[in-house]
Amino acid sequence: MMEYWRTPFDAQTIQVSQGIVHIIEDRCKGCGYCIEFCPKHILAFSPRFNKKGYHPPEVLQPDGCVNCHYCEIICPEFAIYSVEVPTAPGG
Amino acid sequence: MSQAIARKEAPLQQVPDHPLEDLIRSDRIPHIWCPGCGIGTAFAATLAAMKASGQDLSSTCMVSGIGCSGRAAGYVKLDSFHTTHGRAIPFATGLKLGNPRLNVVVFSGDGDLFAIGGNHFIHAARRNIPLTVICLNNLNYGMTGGQVAATTPYLARTTTTPAGNTEAPFNLPLLAWAAGASFVARWTILHIRELTDCIQKAMLKNGFAFIEVLGPCPINYGRRNKEKPLQTLKLYQEQTIIRNQADPSDLEIDFSKKVVLGEFVDKERSTCIENYDKTCRLL
Repeated sequence: MMEYWRTPFDAQTIQVSQGIVHIIEDRCKGCGYCIEFCPKHILAFSPRFNKKGYHPPEVLQPDGCVNCHYCEIICPEFAIYSVEVPTAPGG
Repeated sequence: MSQAIARKEAPLQQVPDHPLEDLIRSDRIPHIWCPGCGIGTAFAATLAAMKASGQDLSSTCMVSGIGCSGRAAGYVKLDSFHTTHGRAIPFATGLKLGNPRLNVVVFSGDGDLFAIGGNHFIHAARRNIPLTVICLNNLNYGMTGGQVAATTPYLARTTTTPAGNTEAPFNLPLLAWAAGASFVARWTILHIRELTDCIQKAMLKNGFAFIEVLGPCPINYGRRNKEKPLQTLKLYQEQTIIRNQADPSDLEIDFSKKVVLGEFVDKERSTCIENYDKTCRLL
């Protein structure tokens, strides 16, 4: 759940979107921008190496992604992006 | 055996492409820019803005000069032009005058646009040629090994100023404003949403639009000034302040004080093409 310093009045009616993070590992150069600036802190360096010898990011909590696309727009390598999970109406 | 292959292939087909995949030449990715370089982010923001502006991408083209940022023209899957050093704006001017229906975006670096190409920049701004000029300012000459540039801050260390830069840097938005640009803005690669909206606005502007984007150069500038790429982004987060319509003379880049970001100028002025048509094409 989101943490608020003051619960908004309409918190119950707002539906928080959910996303799936896709990573093209061989494009990554390991700058770590997506990991540092993910507002939900759900990414981390993976212990794996990619083709170029960098550690690409991996998703630690797949359910935590709110599909804000920040990792996608800050990535200088076109290597990470998120796609919205379709939610059932009223769900 | 065949089941195993089918299981492996099925999820691959379901993975959607990167949203900008149709605008980049994927066969050339990964690009040459260093890990942590800001050019890739600014380039992606430009492509996202091009897409979001709703303009006809078959009549949109990108022109860049020489330098790290100059490589951008080679990665975009649109008509693009990698020109001679400093001459991105003259080539773009030619494109625009030859076919005024084109949307011409110039994407280049501070060395290309303001050192060797400085004269072309001020005259394009004076004539108010309808171009969108995006300048990635990484505060040094990155591609040639990190020499001092016209934008290097006072006392910053570079290869050619090991004791610190003794010269005062250019204030790029002030220069653009003074030369008569119709749209002037500055963002960093951390303020991507603002930057993307701003590029989109600039592309729809009928007149000379200039956007300065601050981006880190971790290998050549950061290393000599004790800034890791993430530290540079923290500087962008903590030492910047957004002030739209700020006085252009207050826009010096000095990270010991606050660096001002925002949209500084947005005015209407008749363009070079309109004036030419009025005067010389008497139909």
